[in-house]
Amino acid sequence: MDNIDILLQAPILNVQLLLDGLMIGAIFALAAYGLALVWGVMNVKNLAQGDFVIAGGYIGYALAQAGIHPILALPIAFVVMFGFGWLLYKWVISRVVDRDLFASLLATFGIAIVLQQVLNLIFGPEVRTAESGLETLSFAGGLVTVAEIKLLSFVLAGILAASIIVFMKRSRMGQAIRATAQNARAARVLGIDTERVYAFTFALNAAICGAAGVLVVMIWVIQPYFGIVYAVRAFIIVVAAGLGNMPGVIVAGLLLGAAEQFSGFILGAEFQVASVVGMLLAVLVWRQMQQARLRQALQ
Amino acid sequence: MTQNLVADKSPQSDVATPGKLSQVNMVLYGAIAVAGIVAPLLFPAYTFQIAVLWLMVMFAITWDIMGGQMGYNSLGNIFFFGTGMYICALVQIGLYYDVGEYTAAFGAIKVDYTEQQYFTGLALGVVAAAFGSAVLAVLVGNAIFGLRGPYFAIGTLGIAFAAAELIGGWDWVGGGGGISLPVYPGEPDDRSLFFYAVCFVLAVCSFLYVRWLYGRRFGLAVNAIRDNEDKAEAMGLHTRRYKTVAWSSSAFFLGIAGAIFGNMIGFIEPLEVAFPTVTFGIFMVAMSLLGGKGTLWGPVIGAVAFHLVKELTWTYMLGWQFVALGVIIVINIVYFQQGLMGWAREKWPHRFGIAVDEEPERARP
Amino acid sequence: MMHQAMKLGLLAGAGALLATSALAKVEGDTIWLGSAISLTGKYATNGVHTQRGYELAAKKVNDMGGIEIDGKKYKIAIKYYDDESTPARGAQLAERLIKQDGFKYMLGPYSSGLTKAIAPVTEKYRIPMVEAEGASRSLFTQGYRYLFGIISTSEQYLGSAVDLAAEMAEKGGGKASDVKVAMAFENDPFSLDVRAGVLDDAKRHGMKVVIDDKLPRDLNDMSATLTKVKALRPDLLLVSGHSKGAATAARQIKELQIDVPMIAMTHCESADVIGKFGKEATNGFLCPTQWAETMSYKGPYFGSAGDFDKAFKATHPEYTSVPYQSAQAAAAVLVWADAFKRANSLDPEKLRDTLTTTDLTTFYGRVKFDDTGKNIAKPMALRQIQDGMLNVVAPSAFASHPVEHPRKAMY
Repeated sequence: MDNIDILLQAPILNVQLLLDGLMIGAIFALAAYGLALVWGVMNVKNLAQGDFVIAGGYIGYALAQAGIHPILALPIAFVVMFGFGWLLYKWVISRVVDRDLFASLLATFGIAIVLQQVLNLIFGPEVRTAESGLETLSFAGGLVTVAEIKLLSFVLAGILAASIIVFMKRSRMGQAIRATAQNARAARVLGIDTERVYAFTFALNAAICGAAGVLVVMIWVIQPYFGIVYAVRAFIIVVAAGLGNMPGVIVAGLLLGAAEQFSGFILGAEFQVASVVGMLLAVLVWRQMQQARLRQALQ
Repeated sequence: MTQNLVADKSPQSDVATPGKLSQVNMVLYGAIAVAGIVAPLLFPAYTFQIAVLWLMVMFAITWDIMGGQMGYNSLGNIFFFGTGMYICALVQIGLYYDVGEYTAAFGAIKVDYTEQQYFTGLALGVVAAAFGSAVLAVLVGNAIFGLRGPYFAIGTLGIAFAAAELIGGWDWVGGGGGISLPVYPGEPDDRSLFFYAVCFVLAVCSFLYVRWLYGRRFGLAVNAIRDNEDKAEAMGLHTRRYKTVAWSSSAFFLGIAGAIFGNMIGFIEPLEVAFPTVTFGIFMVAMSLLGGKGTLWGPVIGAVAFHLVKELTWTYMLGWQFVALGVIIVINIVYFQQGLMGWAREKWPHRFGIAVDEEPERARP
Repeated sequence: MMHQAMKLGLLAGAGALLATSALAKVEGDTIWLGSAISLTGKYATNGVHTQRGYELAAKKVNDMGGIEIDGKKYKIAIKYYDDESTPARGAQLAERLIKQDGFKYMLGPYSSGLTKAIAPVTEKYRIPMVEAEGASRSLFTQGYRYLFGIISTSEQYLGSAVDLAAEMAEKGGGKASDVKVAMAFENDPFSLDVRAGVLDDAKRHGMKVVIDDKLPRDLNDMSATLTKVKALRPDLLLVSGHSKGAATAARQIKELQIDVPMIAMTHCESADVIGKFGKEATNGFLCPTQWAETMSYKGPYFGSAGDFDKAFKATHPEYTSVPYQSAQAAAAVLVWADAFKRANSLDPEKLRDTLTTTDLTTFYGRVKFDDTGKNIAKPMALRQIQDGMLNVVAPSAFASHPVEHPRKAMY
């Protein structure tokens, strides 16, 4: 528990951990938001979520190599991944939408390993990064440092999330998506082209992940097999926040990022993942106990 | 063997009349038994591969108890594989050495097992792995059996992940550095045959066990849970009891499988070998689905087909093997929604009539 | 009921599987070496570096006329299988190379974990294996007779950095035991082995280990550990986590502006940290290396270390500096070529005996195995990033530049 002492003696470090945590949490939140969208609207559990993120990262990397600043690559990755998501929906996902749990899980697992390997064949297995060329801000005598790119990414992630929320609330397509999520059959009866809604939703998810990926390649590192990190986090966040709870997903994403930083600091990096998964299990068991209480009340 | 490999009774008949084997079934089982015994003699070079194939068959069969027959989709069955592997390893080592010293990254101990020590350790280890995993299944199961649908899938996945990470952080068992297991004392060819025999017997036992299980009231009860758990409960079924039996049965066999596989590989570590969640853990689901889940033979066929495809692409399509594997999984899910068994049933419905005996035309011309 | 087509399909599949045994150890005028290598998965970066080294050396040997055995000229060819960076697969593939495909001569995989899984297999079948990428000490305490490792073992990776820190402390008027050490090692067999070596060295100097974190394998973020570094202000920061660990560490050290006088990490070159993050931010990193192109070794085939550097860059122009993983892989092939020549035979048992008496100087250094099969004739070197160059600073026999201490970094 020496590590807790350090935090108590130098409370400013809490700020550093919290900031780092929130910033990585913002990326997790984006991936989780996309997952919550496809899960909620079309009941597709997308295991390839993390690989979409990595694919977006490679688009950012490739454009950076071609001399385009990675920040400008963000909208390009968004559009490219949107198109990719649309095609993927037409080819594969449309056939697994109304099927049981494992249809979508396994189909997207298949997509995930194909995507990983194709990225490996194109870009090679080396670790890749893209430099934004921005500086690092330093506070409190260097005890708290914030890379400007992280700050910028956080803001961009926020703008992206906000514009999607507005889009879902205001636009025709957004309303159609929400209607389909509530009751697909009724939506069809009312003349909504649910097929198009599904395609759009899946494409939007891929686009969000792609944009998140560009942020990842600017802040962390990517490799074709790193998708699992984001996929696992996205599932944890959605399950913990509960389906249909979009603000909850974003809050849970940010919290998860912070919790990882603190558990990594206090327990040591080797227990960082275990503690996060432990939290997921705790949430699930707690939920289940609540449900059991509900059932007893019915009896 | 291949001629009768997929011969099957209709799914309804899966739960019928245990113990009584029809004539054709006797032939079929006989053929598989002979094939299993002859295979390593005919293709001695492939003993290891075929042994892994039997393990895959067993993976799919045991996953199907919960996943197919009961409709409880676990993604974390690999948990028991890993716990079995570690329990067995600890027993094998702990009997004769100090575990902490043995597993130290320094590798200071020069390990030397006599034949008797090796087999005693292995036998005790396997037994401990089997029962240890089953007990863990009861304990863990009681915490998470209330979860349903995707929540159960994610919850079980989480358990497997957490176990891998915790063992990775546990220095006493070698942590992420892993453990080199004692080496088989005999000749390499004897070793292959020995492990082959164990894997084959294990696959056969697990098959006969589930066949016996599905033929009893248990089969009907777990199918009822799959179809509607609340109604099953309302009719007085102790659903939790059935879930516990189903999961600890899987755990029992997977525990043994882990113990054996660890010794076949000779070097174990938590993330890649003991808890390979995203490879074996998902493969066992894919294999069951490929063959047709919820049927007796589906998982067996699925495992055989999957393993063959995997080995072939790994040999002939180096670099593209994962692409091939992914595409095959996707095609399987999209176009053969009910698995190979379901596809065959749709294609030749008359062959899947109510009749219990398979291939009536051929059996009774 | 299975339809005929399906039966046929399965039969055809089984048939095709069996047909793989066509490859034999020696085919016509070609000697086949077998290797399981990580082409996918988390070790793929260095797996590919290794493969390129093997290929380059095999090509060189063939271009220079191949190997003459009993008056007949042979060429070398290498068969690879992808082990997916997992030991479970590696052991299966070794079994397959030996049993099914009939390989009698093996080259090692990448990483200690994979080598640990494969060595028992080659040992059992009495197939000699020359490995160039498994550095774990425990590989050589098991009494393996058919395993030959040409690289310095893992305790030497960061040991020289620890010694250097002690030396610097004493030079500065302090004591070696005042040095505070922070360690961030990946939780995998190789890095844990490096860690065990460092712990011994630190104990010998009486140093205090203030941070001892094990990084997860799908590592993308080590800022929590680095924040601890900020708080505890160690004198020496040690990082080991293959290429992705080095890249992550370099990036976050830059972002968090870690101000530690001495930082050492493995795999700096193979991760190309200078190219990625600039020479200012990475200035002063100490990078242990098995080999450097400035070393003064010379040998048959490639000539000097510098010549190998040129030859490799000519074949793979995308490399700015040649990773030592490729160099040692190439050296492993040369050791095989030498053994074939001296044994003048294709018999594995005879080759094994010949390998034990290897005493060969190559561009990579001298190779001479002790009783346990590890190379004892070659020291490790320590490079330091100085103004964007990877200069050798230790041991003094090879040092081209003095060490800069404390490191001067610009963030």
